[in-house]
Amino acid sequence: MSTTTTDNDVFEPSPAESAMAAAPVQSSVDWNKVARFGGILALALVFISLSGMPVGLDKRTILYWINPGVYVNNPDGVGLTLGYLSLLIWPILLGWAVGNEVVLEGMQATKRGFSDLLAGFGVGALGGLGVFALTFLMGLDREMDPDSGALVYGVRDPLVNWNENLYVLLTFNRGWGFALWVWPLLAGVLALIGAGLRLLPDGIRKAVLAAVTAIVSVSIFQFLIDDVIEGVGETINDPGRLSNFFGDPDDGRPRVDSVFDGLIEFVYAQTGGLRLQGMILIGVVAAALSLAGSYVTRGRFKASRKAYFDKPLAQRTMSTSVLMFVTALALIILPFFTGKIANELFANVGIFLLLALGLNIVVGLAGILDLGYVAFFAVGGYTTAVLTSAGRGDEWPSWVPLFVTDDGEAVVGGWLIALVFVVIFAAITGLLIGAPVIRMRGDYLAIVTLGFGEIIRLLFLSDWLSGYFGGAQGITNIESADFGPLGTVSGINPRSVFYLVLFFSAIAIYVSWRLERSRLGRAWMAIREDESVAEAMGINTVNMKLMAFVVGAVLASFSGAIFSAKVGSIFPTSFLILVSIIILVVVIVGGMGNIMGVIVGSLVLIGVLGGPKQPGLLQEFSEYKLLIYGALLIWMMLKRPEGLVPNARRSRELHQDEFLQDAWLKGEVDTGDDGDVAVEVAPA
Amino acid sequence: MSNATKTPILEFRNINTHYGAVHILKDVNLAIYPGEMVCLLGGNASGKSTTLKTLLGMVTPTTGEVVLDGEVVNDKPTSYRVERGITMVPENRRLFKRLSVGENLQLGAYLRNDKDGIKNDLERIYDMFPRVKERLTQKAGTLSGGEQQMVAMGRALMASPRVLLMDEPSMGLAPALVQTNFELIQQIHEEGIAIFMVEQNANMALSIADRGWVLQTGKVVLDDTADALLQNPDLRKSYLGEA
Repeated sequence: MSTTTTDNDVFEPSPAESAMAAAPVQSSVDWNKVARFGGILALALVFISLSGMPVGLDKRTILYWINPGVYVNNPDGVGLTLGYLSLLIWPILLGWAVGNEVVLEGMQATKRGFSDLLAGFGVGALGGLGVFALTFLMGLDREMDPDSGALVYGVRDPLVNWNENLYVLLTFNRGWGFALWVWPLLAGVLALIGAGLRLLPDGIRKAVLAAVTAIVSVSIFQFLIDDVIEGVGETINDPGRLSNFFGDPDDGRPRVDSVFDGLIEFVYAQTGGLRLQGMILIGVVAAALSLAGSYVTRGRFKASRKAYFDKPLAQRTMSTSVLMFVTALALIILPFFTGKIANELFANVGIFLLLALGLNIVVGLAGILDLGYVAFFAVGGYTTAVLTSAGRGDEWPSWVPLFVTDDGEAVVGGWLIALVFVVIFAAITGLLIGAPVIRMRGDYLAIVTLGFGEIIRLLFLSDWLSGYFGGAQGITNIESADFGPLGTVSGINPRSVFYLVLFFSAIAIYVSWRLERSRLGRAWMAIREDESVAEAMGINTVNMKLMAFVVGAVLASFSGAIFSAKVGSIFPTSFLILVSIIILVVVIVGGMGNIMGVIVGSLVLIGVLGGPKQPGLLQEFSEYKLLIYGALLIWMMLKRPEGLVPNARRSRELHQDEFLQDAWLKGEVDTGDDGDVAVEVAPA
Repeated sequence: MSNATKTPILEFRNINTHYGAVHILKDVNLAIYPGEMVCLLGGNASGKSTTLKTLLGMVTPTTGEVVLDGEVVNDKPTSYRVERGITMVPENRRLFKRLSVGENLQLGAYLRNDKDGIKNDLERIYDMFPRVKERLTQKAGTLSGGEQQMVAMGRALMASPRVLLMDEPSMGLAPALVQTNFELIQQIHEEGIAIFMVEQNANMALSIADRGWVLQTGKVVLDDTADALLQNPDLRKSYLGEA
């Protein structure tokens, strides 16, 4: 990369340069920048306050011992709540960000020092003033209702969260006069801490960050840790579980006391949140691990990683297969060491991963922006439901098979047979929707697919077809997928869903991976790049685009079939446009056209934040999920347009300017006889 | 060479092409014979690109016949014609910018199944353009203009064409490169590939071509050998900038 930020790179001048280099430039506070960042912080804090996040999350204590003031919704909790954390994290982040400096190669980095701390404090103080301004305005608007004696607000109507709870929370129940001095001071000190992190030596800073991250994650993910520890404890106490691969893990046995129960009690408080002793323990352990880790590996991990990626593709196969084998093994035994909640999370991630992999072929490879992708998910779900539920609409003629026994049990293998029909119907729907749509390009195509996606949902919802699909009541009593001796996949047993989803995801990943390197994949990419030229190369663009549509449709329908068996009932509301949008966001955030990116994107967005209706790791945030999605998307488009896991190719394209600048500084630019600039770029 | 004894590879017989109601090509007759180099000259909006698109089947003519090896191919898709040996180097090169040079070359051979033939052609292209070989894994969009031209030609050659259609090969190239570019075209021509060049740079094109046509608002107004065209006073006035 050309622009090295001072975050983790140390600027090393070459011998010739260092001979000439003067002493490091003494930094002074860039007040413009401070004002800008301070303004951003103030706006962010006000916006977050008004979004209702601080009040909504105030119920959840995460650090039991710190007492910032009065607890609006959490009278018995004494500690730092998630609500306050949602505000207090920003001064730290922006205090850190204000010290970020782009050091061009060949230029001298400024020396870090007191001015950084000052800038950090300035940013925080400005942000704090923003909060004060909010409380001041709220205070002006606050009136005692003479009848009821309650405090009422004039602008309450448009701003739901402009209320007494927020006022109390922001002023610590001491009035806006208290907010005037406490917020600038508090935010300032936090921002100063953020800025101060830059002054620490690399190793120490890493240790501090590790400790803080560990403390915050351990407290936020308390329910997950409980869940995992239960799973691990049970497996340790009863290793026989491991042989019971496809059986029901929760077969009614009493819960085995985990060896970790004592530890849990030591770390967590009764009312939730970390105890002081727990916080110290976790912080120290994390910091020690971080220090020990960087001492032991001393960059060897980074080096081996680099060595791996420097190898040509052909020579990587050995390491790649070892890596894949280990990953596969880990994934297969993983559900034995996690409890129900985590397995449920994994199952949801898998369902959306399948969808995202399919959309990645359509959008990432073939470049067809399909905004109605949820239609195929719905077709898969409804087809499975119709074939495996006794509760399906009563107008189906008798020759439409129903894989349910007379006793109302699932037929062994019925789901698999239904899956054949699912694939056929998804492919047909793909062709039907694709055929009229595919002749369009760009924006028009996107809008038309959006329409078709809604049409499919409305068909399932309509009264006209309610004799078949149940209209708004949907289809209930969908049988679980019975694989006979292999076990049954149903929503009651998330581990089984996890395995089913894992199996199909593995297939989808393999197919995507092969397709990317195939003649077909090349044809798709050619169409994505330049449709007319692709046509001139002899590529039948219409057929190829239809093919992408159909492959995507089939992958989505797998997901729908699993979803149907897992949930046991489906309704038109499970297939809102929002699902299409969220899958698209997963693909974009992960990195378009990149399988690894799609996997990471699903884990981060669906696993951590949650799907359209499925809770994620951050359960508390589910109300603000779309807000966070939106903010994340905007941030990504500004700072990392290539996605979380960039495709080397795409990343280079988006950062072309930086490459040119970098190459120019290194003297690698080949200004050929044509005056055009060519840059040597390392092979992908 | 005597054209009377040979059948043309590619022929336009009284072609009329419309875009909507607009009449673009008016009774155009063209014939390209194996192994020759011909050029089509014309100003803006004279129908040059439409001619190419009609030849390649991306636009269907309203009346008239497009004849490929004696077969009328009016209703045959582009892929059919590409398979029969007609390939285009598009205007401004138009590489698949985000794909690697290697992938671009592979896409040129999209319709071919003969693995050995593809391998041989790749080697031939590496011999012809050593720089292309050096940059196989590099993204095509990061190449310099000259290199992109080489890749574009290499991509077209990968289809193992008998006729190469070139849309404004000198467009968007620095003057110094135009000369090298025409030398490359000649080099390809010497391998026995017929070349149909659409150009605005009449002087340069006619200096290497055997024959040429001049297209004006969709009509062929001049049809002669390249030498005769170079001497033609009307042409010199309108295209070669002579008073």
